[in-house]
Amino acid sequence: MSEMPKIRPSAAEVDSDRELKLIEIRREAEQRGAVAGKGVRPAGAPFPMASPETGYYGVPLLKEPAWTWEIPLYFFVGGAAGAAAVMGAIADYTGADRKLVRDARWIAAAGAVISPALLVSDLGRPARFLSMMRVFKPQSPMSVGVWTLLGFSGGAAAAAFAGFMRERYGPSLPLRVIENAGQAASLLFGLPFSNYTGVLIGATAIPVWNQNAGELPIHFAASGVSAAVGMLELLGHRKSRALQLLGLGAAIFESWEGWRIESRQQPGLDPLKRGTSGWITRAGGVLSGPVPAILRLASLVGGRKNQDDFRRWAAISSIAGSLITRIAWVHAGHVSARDWRQPLGIG
Amino acid sequence: MAITAFLTDSTLCIGCKACEVACKEWNGVGEDGLNWSGYSYDNTGAVGHSTWRHVKFVECAPEPGFGGNAPELNSWSFSSDVCKHCENAGCLEACPTGALVRTEFGGVYLQPDVCNGCAYCVVACPFGVVQRNPDDGRAFKCTFCYDRQKAGLIPACAKACPTESIKFGEIESLRRKATERMQELQRRGMRDATFYDASDSSVGGTHATFIVRGDPRTYNLPPKPEVPTTYLKKAWTSSAIAAGLLLAGSVIAFLSENRSNGR
Repeated sequence: MSEMPKIRPSAAEVDSDRELKLIEIRREAEQRGAVAGKGVRPAGAPFPMASPETGYYGVPLLKEPAWTWEIPLYFFVGGAAGAAAVMGAIADYTGADRKLVRDARWIAAAGAVISPALLVSDLGRPARFLSMMRVFKPQSPMSVGVWTLLGFSGGAAAAAFAGFMRERYGPSLPLRVIENAGQAASLLFGLPFSNYTGVLIGATAIPVWNQNAGELPIHFAASGVSAAVGMLELLGHRKSRALQLLGLGAAIFESWEGWRIESRQQPGLDPLKRGTSGWITRAGGVLSGPVPAILRLASLVGGRKNQDDFRRWAAISSIAGSLITRIAWVHAGHVSARDWRQPLGIG
Repeated sequence: MAITAFLTDSTLCIGCKACEVACKEWNGVGEDGLNWSGYSYDNTGAVGHSTWRHVKFVECAPEPGFGGNAPELNSWSFSSDVCKHCENAGCLEACPTGALVRTEFGGVYLQPDVCNGCAYCVVACPFGVVQRNPDDGRAFKCTFCYDRQKAGLIPACAKACPTESIKFGEIESLRRKATERMQELQRRGMRDATFYDASDSSVGGTHATFIVRGDPRTYNLPPKPEVPTTYLKKAWTSSAIAAGLLLAGSVIAFLSENRSNGR
């Protein structure tokens, strides 16, 4: 008959409460033939449970946006280009400074070339971009946007090209027709093009986006205007009163928008207020709103030299703010999609 | 052609994942990788581009006397999830290429030869079903076995299901079956059995319906899914106001400039 092995814990085992508990249980079993206590909780316990409070183990219901870095950049470029085209066309029709008209057109034309390139390169199958031209679906903001982009790009590029040819080789009837038609098209399509991206992300299943569907297009339009004004000012138009007025209007609106985001209490808006995405949103808001607004107001009262400096810094701040704002909204969409509570109506 | 539907009855599911395997085999869907999630026996997590059927393992806190469970045992139920094939489908409305279409069987089918991977359907799905495959570039989801249905066969998952937890058939007769089953479950004491088809939301009902025990949120089924087209009116109104403000603002700004310049 072999002897029962002696249960003697090693030094390492004594350190562990769980090991001591096991030894206790073994003793109890030996002495009484049964164990009354509850046993040991394994490391990591309790195991994850599914419940109406935790959802399905907190696995997010929604899928994160699959868009890559091109998309926020496209929102920025498209917004600025659309607004620049509208300003350029109105400046032309009201007989403003020719150089301003020309520069606004070049900004629009640059956007008209860069925007489709960004959009196509984000596609999972860029070679199939033409699939978008198969249909026009009014109920799809992406479809409406693609056709708007097509009209805008054609118009803005044609106007800039014809203007360039006229300056170089002198005026002619065909050039004048192309220039005027192109400008009219860039105005017509530029109006929705400067803000439709707000509709694009507003009409989705992502909570932080669709909860702002009614504000995003105006917000994005103001962001586009401030970027376009900033670009024109950096190109030297720092004496234009019209640009000052538009820039000031956009900056005041963006200040109000920032205040609106901060003051509204709604759990779905948390990605705009908390964590990294919250701070990116805040940075974009401050650079688009209060900073350029104060600089522009200061430039109204300052001397001639200061005026120029203030407006240059207001321009730089607006452009950076506009870009950061677009990045912030896309980033907030990712954070919002990861929040499993929102779509389940928990918390 | 008959309008068809799924009825997935979690009270019959044994968590064998035969539906997942059959789906992958028939449709040639790639592997997911081997990941241990720690969430019961579920190591896939959710439906996605490479998982068109997904068995959820719902492990809950013990409830004594709960529908046949021994008092000291955790309740443990399984439910096979799938694309809901919504009546008002967010992905279908959002698709700018027309790759997503409604089939003659009432399902939502993604034509892989048209899709260009714009990924707008991904953010338009209120159930988080469609996903872009990063290797392929295109979006993928359950086809409702359109090819099999065309040939008069039932979907692979329903065919492989050993307990008939996944039922497939003409939608009206399946709804009647669901009602009968619900009454039977009530009689047998499973008073927490719930029928889920999202018909009380803007999605307007689904072609994949479910019977689950308890709160559907435990199974990641949203209580109020909204098809994103409901936000269009608000968003385009805002867009029109924005365009009006930009136009009016520019006119006023440039007219006032000209006046101040004395023209």
